[in-house]
Amino acid sequence: MLLQAVAAAGAQTHPLSGTIAEWVWLLPLLPLLGFLINGLLSLSSAHLGPADPSATAHDEPSEGAAEASVVTHGEESGAGGDDHHAVKRHRWAGLTSIVGPGVLIIAFGLAVAIWQTMVSAHPDAPFIQRYFSWMPVGDLQIDAAIQLDQLSMVMVLVVTGVGALIHIFSVGYMRDDPGYPRYFSYLNLFVFFMLVLVLGANYPVLFVGWEGVGLSSYLLIGFWFNDKQNADAGLKAFIVNRIGDFGFLVAMFMLFANIGVLDFVGVNAKALDLGAGSALVTTICLFIFLGCTGKSAQIPLYIWLPDAMAGPTPVSALIHAATMVTAGVYLIARSAALFSLSPVASLTVAVVGAVTAIFAATIGLKQWDIKKVLAYSTISQLGYMFVGVGVGAYVSGMFHLVTHAFFKALLFLGSGSVIQAMHNAYHATHSTDDAQDMRNMGGLRRYLPVTFVLMWIATLAISGIPPLSGFFSKDEILGSVFARAHGSSLATATWLGIPGGTLLYIIYGIGLAAAFLTAVYMTRMMLYTFHGPTRTGAEEEKYLGEAPWVMTGPLVILGILTVIGGWLNLPKVVTDIVPLGPGELFGHFLDPVVGSATARITAGATEVAPTTEEALIGAAVIIAVVGIIVAVARLKPANVPRAKDAIPETGFEGVVAHKYYVDEALDRTVVEPTYVVSRSFLWRFVDNGVIDGLFVNGSAALARTFGWIGSRLQTGNTGIYAWSLVVGVLLLLGVITLR
Amino acid sequence: MASFLDSIGYNGWVLPALLVIPLVGAIVVLLLPAREPADGTAGVESPAARQVAFWFFVLEFIVSLGLWWSYNPADRGWQASIDISWIPSWGVRFTLGIDGIALMMVLLTTFIMPLSTLGSWTNIRTKVRSYYALLLILSSGMIGVFLARDLFLFYVMWEVMLVPMYFIIGIWGGERRIYASIKFFLYTFLPSLLMLVAIIYLGLHLRGAGGVPDFSYDHLLAANTAVPQRTALWLFSAFFLAFAVKVPMFPFHTWLPDAHVEAPTAGSVILAGIMLKMGTFGFLRFGLPLFPGAALNPTVRMIILVLAVIGIIYGALVAMVQPDFKKLVAYSSVSHLGFVMLGIFALTLQSVQGALMVMINHGISTGALFLLVGIIYERRHSRLIDAYGGIARVVPMFAAVLTFVSLSSIGLPGTNGFVGEFLVLVGAFRTYPVLAVISTTGVIFAAVYLLWALQRILFNPLDKPENTHIPDLNRRELAMLVPLIAVIVWLGIYPAPVLRRMETSAQLLVDRVQAGTSAPRVSEAAP
Repeated sequence: MLLQAVAAAGAQTHPLSGTIAEWVWLLPLLPLLGFLINGLLSLSSAHLGPADPSATAHDEPSEGAAEASVVTHGEESGAGGDDHHAVKRHRWAGLTSIVGPGVLIIAFGLAVAIWQTMVSAHPDAPFIQRYFSWMPVGDLQIDAAIQLDQLSMVMVLVVTGVGALIHIFSVGYMRDDPGYPRYFSYLNLFVFFMLVLVLGANYPVLFVGWEGVGLSSYLLIGFWFNDKQNADAGLKAFIVNRIGDFGFLVAMFMLFANIGVLDFVGVNAKALDLGAGSALVTTICLFIFLGCTGKSAQIPLYIWLPDAMAGPTPVSALIHAATMVTAGVYLIARSAALFSLSPVASLTVAVVGAVTAIFAATIGLKQWDIKKVLAYSTISQLGYMFVGVGVGAYVSGMFHLVTHAFFKALLFLGSGSVIQAMHNAYHATHSTDDAQDMRNMGGLRRYLPVTFVLMWIATLAISGIPPLSGFFSKDEILGSVFARAHGSSLATATWLGIPGGTLLYIIYGIGLAAAFLTAVYMTRMMLYTFHGPTRTGAEEEKYLGEAPWVMTGPLVILGILTVIGGWLNLPKVVTDIVPLGPGELFGHFLDPVVGSATARITAGATEVAPTTEEALIGAAVIIAVVGIIVAVARLKPANVPRAKDAIPETGFEGVVAHKYYVDEALDRTVVEPTYVVSRSFLWRFVDNGVIDGLFVNGSAALARTFGWIGSRLQTGNTGIYAWSLVVGVLLLLGVITLR
Repeated sequence: MASFLDSIGYNGWVLPALLVIPLVGAIVVLLLPAREPADGTAGVESPAARQVAFWFFVLEFIVSLGLWWSYNPADRGWQASIDISWIPSWGVRFTLGIDGIALMMVLLTTFIMPLSTLGSWTNIRTKVRSYYALLLILSSGMIGVFLARDLFLFYVMWEVMLVPMYFIIGIWGGERRIYASIKFFLYTFLPSLLMLVAIIYLGLHLRGAGGVPDFSYDHLLAANTAVPQRTALWLFSAFFLAFAVKVPMFPFHTWLPDAHVEAPTAGSVILAGIMLKMGTFGFLRFGLPLFPGAALNPTVRMIILVLAVIGIIYGALVAMVQPDFKKLVAYSSVSHLGFVMLGIFALTLQSVQGALMVMINHGISTGALFLLVGIIYERRHSRLIDAYGGIARVVPMFAAVLTFVSLSSIGLPGTNGFVGEFLVLVGAFRTYPVLAVISTTGVIFAAVYLLWALQRILFNPLDKPENTHIPDLNRRELAMLVPLIAVIVWLGIYPAPVLRRMETSAQLLVDRVQAGTSAPRVSEAAP
C-alpha cells in the first residue's frame, strides 16, 4: 500500500519498523469504515424526493412523499425520548450488529498485537508514520502523521478494548431502537476520532480528534433528538467544549509563534527554549489546561457532563466516563515536557483537580438519578487524575485513567442494565414513572443478581478498598502528592502567594476528604438501588429481570479487570511486603515518554520513608471503610419515599441537590444577557437603527430629495436604466474594439 | 496532462475562452424560442433554457479545469497571459492573466456556477430565458474581474457583474426584492464610482511611455512610488470603500442581509460564494500592492483590523438572534469575511494563505448552506427557523447534509472550514496576538448560532403537522450537493495542492507589500 511505503521510508531505523506496528494506520481506519457502512445503512431507508419539490408543498403530498413520511415515521417513532420502546427492528440491524462491534474487535486484536511487539522492542523514541502534508505554508509544516509510543499505546488499548466491550453491550441495549445503524455509525465515528486524538503526531492532528470526539459526543447525547432536553444537552456539550477548544487553539498559536513547531517531537525538543518557569510557558500550559477543563469536565467547564447523561447509557459509559473525558488527562501527559517546566501551571492543574474532585463529590451525595450520581462521580474521579498529572505523577494519573475506565464503564453499563430492567417493567405496565430515579428502585439485587455483585465490586474499587484496582491507582496519586510536598520543583514554587509545599498538603487533605465522600455517595447509590424493599411497584416487579448475556458478558469482563487492574502497577511498598509479582510495570512501560518530565519535577524531592508510606495507605483505606460504614449506618433504604411522593429538599441540602445553582446562575449572567444584547442592541439598534436607519436610509432620503427633481425628467423605471446601462456599455466597448 | 494541454495550446486561448463561453451561452439562451410550460417540466416555461445554461456552465468548468494542471506554481509571473491593444488613445489594453490567487478564484467560480444553475432548476419559473442569460453574463463579469490585468478593464468587469445581479434580485427575488435590489445597487455602485475616479487618476497621473495614460497593473505597480503619500491615502480610501462594501466589512454590511434574503437561491449562492470574494480579492490584488504605504499606515491598518475583528464577533452575535435562517447565514458571512480581512491585513504568509482558504471555503460551505435553505424553502415556503423543528425524522438525507455542511461552516477540524480559520489565526497571532485571540472566540459563537439553529430546525419535537410530509432530497439536489460535500472533505483533509498553488503568489504579495512600505517615497514638497 502506498501509505505504508511512504511511511516506512521515514522510520527505517526504528525498532518497530517492519513489525506489525506498521499497520497502526489501520486502527483508526477500521472504525471509520464502520461509520461509513453503518451510516449508509442508516440512510438506506430514506426516500428520494420528487423531481419538483415545490409542487408538492402547496398541494396534497404526492404519492412518493406520503410514502416517505409514513416510512420514516415507522422508522423513528417511539424514539421519542427515552430508552427502549419495542418496535420493529431496523431492517439492517443484523448487519450493523456484525459491522459495528466487529471493527472494534479487530482493532483491539491489532492493538494487542502491536502492544506485544512494543513490550518486547521497548522503543525509546516514538514510532512515527507520516502520510502526507496537511497544511504546508512556509515555515508552518503540519503533516498528517501518526505517532505510536507507550502513552498512545495505553490509550489505544483502553479505547479499543473498553470500546469493544461497550459496543457488544450496545447490541443488546439498543436492540430494538429504530435508529440502530445510526447509533452504531456515531459510536464508530467516535472511536475513529478518539484514535486520531491519541495517535496524532502533532497538536493540530490531535485537535482533529479532539473536536471530532466532541462532535460524536454531541450527536450521541442528542441521539433521541426529538426530545428537546436531549438536543439541548448535546448543544450545551458542544458549546462548552468549544470554549475549552478556544484555549487549546490559542496554546497552539503561542507554541508556533514562539518555537515554530507543533509536532510533539519538535515541541519536546524545543520546550526548554520557552524558558523553564517563564511566564510564557505558564501561559501556554494554562491555555492547554483550559482545553482540558472543557473536554474533561473540570471546574469551570464541567457543567455539560451531567446533562450529557441524556444520551443512551452505553454512550455515557464509553464517551462520558471511560475515554473521551479522559482526553484532557492524556493531553497533559502528552504535554508533560511543557507542564514540567511550569510549576505554577502544574500546581494550577492539581488545585483545580482537587477542588473539582471534592466539589463534584458533594453534589453526588444528593442526586437521585442513578446516572447523575455516576456523572458527578466521573467528574470527581477526573479531578483525581488531574491532581496526579498536575503534581507531575504522570504515570499515576494515567494509571488511574486506566483503572477508572474499567470500574466506571462497569458502573455505567451496570446502571444501564438496571435502567433497562426498570424501563421494561414500566413499559409493560404503561407507567410514566422515572426509570432512572433511585427512589423508584430498591431491592433490585433480587432481580439483577449478576449486576448487583459486579456493581458492588466496582463500588468498592472506586472507594479505594484493597486489593481492587481503584485502591492502587488512587493511592498512588495521593502518595505522589504527599511525596512531592518536600523538595520537588513544585514544593519550592509559590502559587498565588501560597508556598507549593503547603498547597500540596492541602491538596492531599482534599483528596482524602473526597475519597471519604466517594465511599459515601457510592454506597448510598448501591443501597438505594439494590438494597431494602422494592419501590418499583407491585405490578412492575413481575417484569424486572436480568439483562441477556450479550449485556452481562461485557460486565463480567469489566468486573474481572476491575479486580485485577491494580496488578498493572503494584507499588514498591506493596511488592516488598507481599510477593504479588513484579511492581511498577506500568511505570516502567511509560518511562520513555514521561520519565524525563517526571524527573524534572521530582528532582530534589525527598524519598518518603516506607513506614510513612504504609501509614498513608492505611489512613486512606480506613477513610474509605469509614465512609462505607457511615453510609450504611446513616442511610436507611427502607425509609426512602417513591419519587412522586418525595418532598423537595430545603436549606443547604436543597442547594446541593440543585448543584449549587451553577447552571441557573450562568443562564442569568451569561447566556441571557448575551442573547438580549445581541438582539436588542446589536441587531435592532446598531444594525437596523443606526447603520441602516440613520446612515443608509437617511442618505437615501437625502438622495431622494435630489432625485425628486431629477424624476421630473425621467420615467423612474430603474429596470430600463439598468438595461440601457448594460446595452450602452456593451455597444460602446464593441464600437471601440472594432474601430 | 500538462503535455496534452501544451499540445492544444491551452494557455494561449483559455482565458479569453472563459470570458466568451458564457457570453455565447447567453446568446444561445436568448435565441431559444419562448415556450409555454410543458408536461414534466414542473411549470417552468422555456425549460430548454436551463438545460443550455447548465451545459454551458459545465463546458466552462471543464475548460477552466485545465488551469489546475497548466498553472506552474513555481513561476512568480502572470501565466496564460494575453495582451491586446483595446483603446489605444486612452492607453487601455485588454490584458488578462492569472496568478495562484486568481487561479483558485476562477476555479471556485466555474465550480459554483453549474451547481447554482441546478439550484434554480425548479424555482425559477418565469422569464426563464432572461434569468439564465443574466446568470451567464454575470459569470463572464466575475471571471473578468479575477483575470483583469488592466485597471480600466477591471473596472468594466466590476460593473458588468453588478447589473445582472441587480436584475436577478429585483425580478426573481422575494417580497421586498425592489428595496433589496436598489439598496444593493446603490450601496455597491456609489463607492465603485469613487474607485473609478481613483483609477482614472492613477492612469492619468502615472503616464506610461510616450505620455499616454497607462492603466496596466504591472505599470502602476512599478510606478506607484511616484504617488505622494497623502494622495496615496486618498486613492486607497476610494478603493477601500469599493472593496469594503463588497466584502462586506462592518459597518458597510447592511445591504447584505437584505440582498441575500430577497435574492433567489442561485443569487444568494453566487453572492455569498463568489461576489463577496471580489472585495477581499480587490484588497489582495489592488488595495495592498498599489498603496502599501497607505494600507499599512499603522492607524489605517489598525482601523481595518479592528473592523475585521468586530465583524467576526458582531456578525456571529447578530446571526445568533435571527429568526430567519437565510438571514442567519447572511450574517454569518459577515463573520467569515472578517476572518479573511484579518488574515489579509495581518500580512503573514500563513494568514494570507488562510484568508485565501477561507475565501474558497466560504464559497463552498456558505454556498451549500444557501442551496439547502433554498431546498427547504421550496418545500415549505418559509425561511423562519420557528416554522420547523424535528424534521430530521422526516428528511433524513437533508438533515445529514445540512448537519455536515454546518459543521464545515463552523470550522470543525477535518473539514475545509478549519484549515482556513486555523491558518488565518495562527498567522495573525504572529503580528497581532491580541486581535487573533479575540477573533478566536469567534469559533465559539459560530458553534452557538449555527448549531442552535440546526437544533431548532432538525431536532426538537416534530410538533407541526405541516412538517410531517416534507419530501426528502431528490436526485437533482443530491447531484448538486454531493460535489460540494466532496470538496469540503477534500479541502479539509488534503488542502496541500491548493495551498501550494497559491503559495508563490501569496508570498510575492507579502514581500511586495512589506517592501513597498519601506521603499523611498516622493515627499509632499516635491513637484
